[in-house]
Amino acid sequence: MSAAVTTGPVLVLDDVSRVHGEGETEVVALSHASLTVARGELVAVMGPSGSGKSSLLNLAGGLDRATSGRVVVEGVDVSSLDAKGLAALRRRSIGFVFQDLNLIPSLTAAENIGLPLELDGWSVRRARSQALDALDRLKLRELADRYPDQMSGGQQQRVAIARALVGERTLVLADEPTGALDSHTGEGVLKILRQRCDAGAAGLLVTHEARHAAWADRVVFLRDGIIVDETGAAATADSLLAEAR
Amino acid sequence: MSVKQGLLALLAEEPMYGARLRSEFEARTGGTWPLNVGQVYTTLARLERDGLVEPVGGSDDEGRIAYRLTEAGRSEIESWWLTPVDRDSTPRDELVIKLALAVTSPGVDVQRVVQTQRTATLKHLRDLTRLKSRASDEPDAHDLAWLLVLENLLFAAEAEVRWLDHVESTLGRMPSAALRGARAADPVAEDDAPRAATASKGGRS
Repeated sequence: MSAAVTTGPVLVLDDVSRVHGEGETEVVALSHASLTVARGELVAVMGPSGSGKSSLLNLAGGLDRATSGRVVVEGVDVSSLDAKGLAALRRRSIGFVFQDLNLIPSLTAAENIGLPLELDGWSVRRARSQALDALDRLKLRELADRYPDQMSGGQQQRVAIARALVGERTLVLADEPTGALDSHTGEGVLKILRQRCDAGAAGLLVTHEARHAAWADRVVFLRDGIIVDETGAAATADSLLAEAR
Repeated sequence: MSVKQGLLALLAEEPMYGARLRSEFEARTGGTWPLNVGQVYTTLARLERDGLVEPVGGSDDEGRIAYRLTEAGRSEIESWWLTPVDRDSTPRDELVIKLALAVTSPGVDVQRVVQTQRTATLKHLRDLTRLKSRASDEPDAHDLAWLLVLENLLFAAEAEVRWLDHVESTLGRMPSAALRGARAADPVAEDDAPRAATASKGGRS
């Protein structure tokens, strides 16, 4: 399980807006969005194309800066960091899983997973040990020394999730992580994301598939850069079973 | 489908008495169709009258009578397995009717109707997904039946969300005047239509 660094929410977006351009060419990508993701929680973001889903994810991951409002990751206000500080925060606290281009082709699965740790100053041996632990947690140990082209798409995405949550990272940001996979394999990837969140990580999942969003605890809807609705928290499986049976 | 086919399907396996038919039916349909024992015995009486089932001997120590299929009953259930379900006889979908009325009624925020429904359906989908992940980890004799029912509900909920997305995107491409002009039966709406055509495009939201 990922280390618990703070007891508060892992991610807070507080009245965040992102505006590109100005005057007549102004485009509002995100408007006054507020969102909190706690440890153990997976939140899905849905909405039509161009509704601001990826903007929200990029802001949450420190890949872009808000025009106004605050983005707080593990208690750190992202806007207070310079580029170096932001890169360090991303390496230590945030993992990304994208639809493709997830793994570096010339590195094995274990090397891919250990890379962010090595970049953060860890020794190669210690980074590998952590990488193998991460693979063990996802029951993927046998993939450790395989290169991406020796793995199926589903295996690559599982390794990408392992990398996203290696070391002390507690926040995983996933943008259509099942995009190129068949439905069965995609479900396996989401199950692993769900398990990592159940084990203490916080997750934000951008998807256009209702079936995938259904793995989340909450679903947030965006339209024209505005959060227009939210499903609210889920009931427990036990209470649902009691109700259904 | 009626209870009749369900009971015939179960009796095709082996003779059963009423209470067991009831528990088997409920277990195999994932509890989605609860029956009361009275319903089961009434149906058995009708099936016996129609020559589709017959009692096996007398009642047991507890006064229960087991029933089995007759040849006519076996032929009836074999025919049912291979007859497509008649969708024309299914009840009208309230959501479809609601949205059809919403797009042609003045003053209804259709986008909000769509969003409200989508949120509710997604909650349902999420609950079903949780149930499914739980069901897969606890294999028992009826797990497959339970999973099939759950999967059916999952697919139905997913299809509904996709349809709602489609409705929303269709609405997004329609000028608001076209929506209001659809109220052909409403003379006031027809009067409004030309004015609506020149109104701002934000009329729907």
